[in-house]
Amino acid sequence: MEIAAAAALGKFIGAGLAAIGSGAAAIGVGNVAGNFLAGALRNPSAAGSQTATLFIGLAFAEALGIFSFLVALLLMFAV
Amino acid sequence: MAGEAEAHGEGAGLAFHPLDQFKVTPLFGDGPIEWYTITNVTLWMALAVLAIILVFAVGSKGRAVVPTRIQSVGEMAYGFVYKMVEDVAGHDGAKFFPLIMTLFVFILFANMLGLLPGSFTPTSHIAVTAVLGFGFFIFVTVLGFAKNGVHFLGLFWMSDAPLILRPIIAVIEVISYFVRPVSHSIRLAGNIMAGHAVMKVFAAFAPLVLISTIGVVVTPVSILAITAIYALEVLVAFIQAYVFTILACVYLKDALHPGH
Repeated sequence: MEIAAAAALGKFIGAGLAAIGSGAAAIGVGNVAGNFLAGALRNPSAAGSQTATLFIGLAFAEALGIFSFLVALLLMFAV
Repeated sequence: MAGEAEAHGEGAGLAFHPLDQFKVTPLFGDGPIEWYTITNVTLWMALAVLAIILVFAVGSKGRAVVPTRIQSVGEMAYGFVYKMVEDVAGHDGAKFFPLIMTLFVFILFANMLGLLPGSFTPTSHIAVTAVLGFGFFIFVTVLGFAKNGVHFLGLFWMSDAPLILRPIIAVIEVISYFVRPVSHSIRLAGNIMAGHAVMKVFAAFAPLVLISTIGVVVTPVSILAITAIYALEVLVAFIQAYVFTILACVYLKDALHPGH
């Protein structure tokens, strides 16, 4: 195949593969929220004081999904 | 090669490109964009500041004992952020409450104003959030060294880890410290950009009923989807402002008390 055509095809395939990362981040975010809920239902009185920790955990898990979204965008529009 | 027209969606049947909404254009005329050019980013940041002044300075001017509606919104936001700073950064972090409060309300109002149809979201640009993120990072690092001197490096030297592991952990800690501003700013911009792009993707499907019979099914579904995603985006606009602020508090805490 011609190199330029392969490169044009490859960046779309790469962007699609990077989207898998978003799904993986979704699993991570679900893990954080699910475990928080499981803990909160066992000890509801302690749950209120831990919401800040919950959001920090969610943010760290989500950031990596956002990175893969960024990689997809860079492949589509910047490469 | 895929041509520019195809990359911008015309070949694929989209009437507009989902990322066109993030274009920075000069407000007056269409000359080149210099650092002093007044663009739509400038306009919407100024509108955010104006809205903040309206709520927090003008709306709360009466300082009534029984607050008016706008005043109680301001008081709630104040109490919310103050509690967050005190919980996360400790009592001596409360000194930096004005900075944290400024970050929170600016991001919150910029996000919320960006949800108005036809508006522009400054926080969807990494250039804007990177200034916030890296600015805070530099401030926190300087503060850490000014307050703790060499002891600030204790943040990277885990004294309760086994001695043999400490250099390895130190390398990892240094890397993760320098990635902080990157993830701090990209998280906000990426979330806002992704949400707005998704809305525009569904918006492109909405007028399908005009050109094709399958649109009878697709158009109501996509309009419902836009409504649902819009509701989600209102939530995200708040949560991302909250997350940015609470991470700022965590970084502030690390600068004030570097010992683990």
